[in-house]
Amino acid sequence: MSDRAGIGETPLAVEHEERPELRHHFADVEQQRNAATLGMWWFLGTEIMFFGGMFCAYLVYRRWYFPEFAASSRSLDLIVGTLNTAVLICSSLTVAMSVRAAQLGKRKLQVQLLLATIFFGLVFLGVKAYEWDNKYKEHHIPTFSFNAQDLIKDNQKLFGLDKLQNDPAKLQEREAEIQRRSQIFFSLYFALTGMHAIHMVIGVGIFAVITWMAHKGRFTPEYHTPLEIAGLYWHFVDIVWIYLFPLLYLIDRRPGA
Amino acid sequence: MADHSEHVAPAGLYWLVWAILIVATFLTAWVATIDLGPFNTVVALFIATCKASIVVLIFMGVKYTHEKMTKPLLIGAIFWLLLLLVLSLTDYASRYAG
Repeated sequence: MSDRAGIGETPLAVEHEERPELRHHFADVEQQRNAATLGMWWFLGTEIMFFGGMFCAYLVYRRWYFPEFAASSRSLDLIVGTLNTAVLICSSLTVAMSVRAAQLGKRKLQVQLLLATIFFGLVFLGVKAYEWDNKYKEHHIPTFSFNAQDLIKDNQKLFGLDKLQNDPAKLQEREAEIQRRSQIFFSLYFALTGMHAIHMVIGVGIFAVITWMAHKGRFTPEYHTPLEIAGLYWHFVDIVWIYLFPLLYLIDRRPGA
Repeated sequence: MADHSEHVAPAGLYWLVWAILIVATFLTAWVATIDLGPFNTVVALFIATCKASIVVLIFMGVKYTHEKMTKPLLIGAIFWLLLLLVLSLTDYASRYAG
């Protein structure tokens, strides 16, 4: 008695035995691959909304507290931030190239490029830690003995403090306001760069597993979906940083403003 | 005839994308130090969007995918993000600045 009635004369399972990576509920390799990548895109869609909420909070407060946001932004190291962006872009290149190496069946190159990706990812995180440490030393971490005196001193004109010199009461009031409002910028700075860094840490973890799988020869020109969807995730995290860099570091860098 | 085999992009294209992204990164940092009035932010976000677009199209392979739902899904996600940002801003921008 046949239990495959209705499927057709050739049982699909025979084909699957030749392709162990093909799950039984997919008709063919292409359908399986499309389902996997589309699933990753769905997840990235939720990630866009996740970061979107924080970007929205940033946008609203930036409109309200523009001078404080501009002054706080200037206290971030522009050269370090720019170079770190370049590091992340290099890691995206190595990911794209490793997927290409898998498509061409070059296993050794694939592993080397994946190791380079992990290296660039760790460099980015190291530089980020260095920047956070600087913020700690400058008393720019909200609530923990936060102090905006350096921002006030460097941005007299931006804050309009030069016009308040003859009015000590108003000057003091404005300085207290700057102290409060610049903490909002740094709260968002640490929330956004922190969430981005957590995504990077997870990304490095994923790529450690992917590199091991590549080393074991699990990826062929026909099947390398795990590498491909891990790559999608990595590129997405890169794109988040592509927006974070101008929004956090480049609010107002005009000289004399 | 539809070719459903996976598209292998030439390595040179990836290097070109990388070069554009690097140049654009330094360009955006440099342009921020020039006084363009209110256009500084516009230029910075325009460059960021160009960079993000080529990452999505080339590195993430959206330009080459045969998967028919990927593009609508991506456009939908961007649409919802813009809905969030634009509608929130129209609200907050028309209020008294607290």
